[in-house]
Amino acid sequence: MLGKTAASLFWMSRYLERVENSARFIEAGFRIALTRSASASGEWSSVLKSSGVLEAYRAKHDDFESTKVIDFLLRDRDNAGSVMVLMKQARDSARTARTALTREVWEATNESWITLNAAMAKPVSEQDLPETLGLIRQQSALVRGATLGTMLRNDGFNFLRLGSFLERADSTARILDVKYYLLLPSVALIGSSVDNVQWETILRSVSAHRSFRWLNGPDISAKAVADYLMLHKQMPRSLTFCYAKISDNLNYLDENYDRKSRSGELAQEICNNILSKPIEAIFEYGLHQYIGDFIVANNGLAAQIETDFNFQDRVG
Amino acid sequence: MFDEMLGSGEDVRQPYQDYKNWLDHEDVRRLHRKSAEAEAFFRKTGITFNVYGQDEADERLIPFDVVPRVLSASEWRKLSKGIEQRVRAINAFLYDIYHRQEILRAGRVPIELIANNAAFLPQMIGVNPPGGIYTHIIGTDIVRTGDEEFYVLEDNARTPSGVSYMLENRETMLQMFPELFAKIKVQEVSNYPGQLRRSLAACAPPQCEGKPVVAVLTPGIHNSAYFEHSFLADQMGVELVEGHDLKIVDGRVAMRTTEGYTAIDVLYRRIDDEYLDPLNFNPHSMLGVPGIFDVYRSGGITIANAPGTGISDDKALYSYMPDIVEFYTGEKPLLENVPTWRCSEKDELAYVLEHLEELVVKEVHGSGGYGMLVGPAASKKEVGAFRAKLIDNASNYIAQPTLALSTVPIFTKKGLSPRHVDLRPFVLVSPEGISITPGGLTRVAMTKGSLVVNSSQGGGTKDTWVLEE
Repeated sequence: MLGKTAASLFWMSRYLERVENSARFIEAGFRIALTRSASASGEWSSVLKSSGVLEAYRAKHDDFESTKVIDFLLRDRDNAGSVMVLMKQARDSARTARTALTREVWEATNESWITLNAAMAKPVSEQDLPETLGLIRQQSALVRGATLGTMLRNDGFNFLRLGSFLERADSTARILDVKYYLLLPSVALIGSSVDNVQWETILRSVSAHRSFRWLNGPDISAKAVADYLMLHKQMPRSLTFCYAKISDNLNYLDENYDRKSRSGELAQEICNNILSKPIEAIFEYGLHQYIGDFIVANNGLAAQIETDFNFQDRVG
Repeated sequence: MFDEMLGSGEDVRQPYQDYKNWLDHEDVRRLHRKSAEAEAFFRKTGITFNVYGQDEADERLIPFDVVPRVLSASEWRKLSKGIEQRVRAINAFLYDIYHRQEILRAGRVPIELIANNAAFLPQMIGVNPPGGIYTHIIGTDIVRTGDEEFYVLEDNARTPSGVSYMLENRETMLQMFPELFAKIKVQEVSNYPGQLRRSLAACAPPQCEGKPVVAVLTPGIHNSAYFEHSFLADQMGVELVEGHDLKIVDGRVAMRTTEGYTAIDVLYRRIDDEYLDPLNFNPHSMLGVPGIFDVYRSGGITIANAPGTGISDDKALYSYMPDIVEFYTGEKPLLENVPTWRCSEKDELAYVLEHLEELVVKEVHGSGGYGMLVGPAASKKEVGAFRAKLIDNASNYIAQPTLALSTVPIFTKKGLSPRHVDLRPFVLVSPEGISITPGGLTRVAMTKGSLVVNSSQGGGTKDTWVLEE
């Protein structure tokens, strides 16, 4: 497989994952804005921060009015992280890697782009927002379904999966990075008020509020939420889950190419050194510091994958 | 006016009888629904093209018409023999031009036509492409004016496009009207990608060891024909590469894979000569591979079509094609040329200027329907403006009579309605022989009375059937 093709598959699924995460963030933010209008600004600001576009937003807007934030996150062409820009990039990547995709995966991606373009041709009103977000989630599900149902389990499939899980781990970590203070056991020290609604918002932004309750019953505690999002083996957006998948994908590639890659070792190191700590030890070490370490390590792995599999021509 | 379904009179012509019978019993509403479905299918599949000069996001569909264009087996035999003869002659001509230039010495083709030909590459002189083949893939444009009258309009020996539409049009028809193909036996086109790969592999260069590695070279996703490039690579099961995927490694052209560099033996390139190699041609090209031409000359790679092939697409040279066919095959041409006036010649220019309103005038290096004048369809003002351009640079133009192109009905809101068509059959050439896929791409001018079928000018396409014997 061409290095460029591997890169396009990897990025295609990163962009698609980002689109889906964006929809979740907006949904969680919108809910707060509706139910607790006093904290709306703060919530939107942290949504923008989790998405990594707060600076870009500030450069354009002075306040955090819901309609402005929503339009910026969904449609703004100046926002490199808006759903429409990401969808276009996902589709361009899919076109570049067209020969490595099944007809079903290509068509699902192309149709998602066509459908979302049509749905977001004009600004999305607050009434239509839930439907539009639902449509984004549905389109993501179609692409994922086509991928799982029709792709040969070859190197291309593994690059697609690597992109999804690296992006997802990054996204979950970013939410925690922005909201970590809500989860500290001695929040009184930082002087913010914490309640169940805010914990629930965190769970909602990774679509985990229902599963959390099934597993933990009605009791909700900061430690349980943090543990669930970072370390739970079955929770599909937890860091541990993503890394189990990433390790599998890299092992597959090593076997397929009959060699040992540095990325494979690096993923193992992240599992052993970062993700094997129990939650108590993490709090002891410092939650914010810990998440920061993880984000750096996760980015480092992405860069190593790019090098190991010749995504680009290296000078020399 | 010759209609291929109805001839010149009332009776349905023989090749169309079974189809017309079927059509007459079809529910018109169902056909309308199918028409709309076809469009949705093309958009979903991403069978789109970008129009140059438009916003890159603006991808258009080429209109597809559900009524097939039908040729009988005997009509096709006649056409394919003529095309084969012509393709053989073009390859012999190209070999000659880049070697002893016998045809110029014999005075059968004026030397200026080569010397002033922008597509002529002096770097190709003395180079021996594997099997002596210059044009591996050709799309000969054919027009028809009557029951027996077929003409070659253009040879397209450089980079013919449209074969993906030939294949997708058939796929679409099979999906929409499966029962039709059970009733009427139509010759297959679907093995084209397999034949293309075999044909390219058969042209492997001397340095190739083992099974030839084939790849398709594209300028990238923003090129108007990108869909076709990726389609062909995908259907052949070969890599689709861009210039930045390639570099010269150990004297071979190699592509960057996830496991390192792999040498390519045969490159089906869909970029122009000029952009192929910034070291040997246009130094500003970002699309090509520095040094690829040197590897080519040393037998390290086969480039299809060969660099410098474009000379035979020159429209001034076109007027010499009957002589070229005779010179190299020793036979009379089986297919006729459209009569052509060379504006470079004084007497002929005088005639053209006098009859501009009746003629079609084309730039000698033009393609895609750009920069041409269709006299009968042009306004006085347009004719006047063109006249000035023509006088200013006469040798840049040729003129042809406005042919009464045959029509085939299309399915419109108001039912069947005749539209002008042409035909582009696709030809593959390798040392193993010449193969022509039965049928080809039928292009149709969707506007009533229009003679311009180019997709860049709003033309559409039809499925093309060659009936079994």
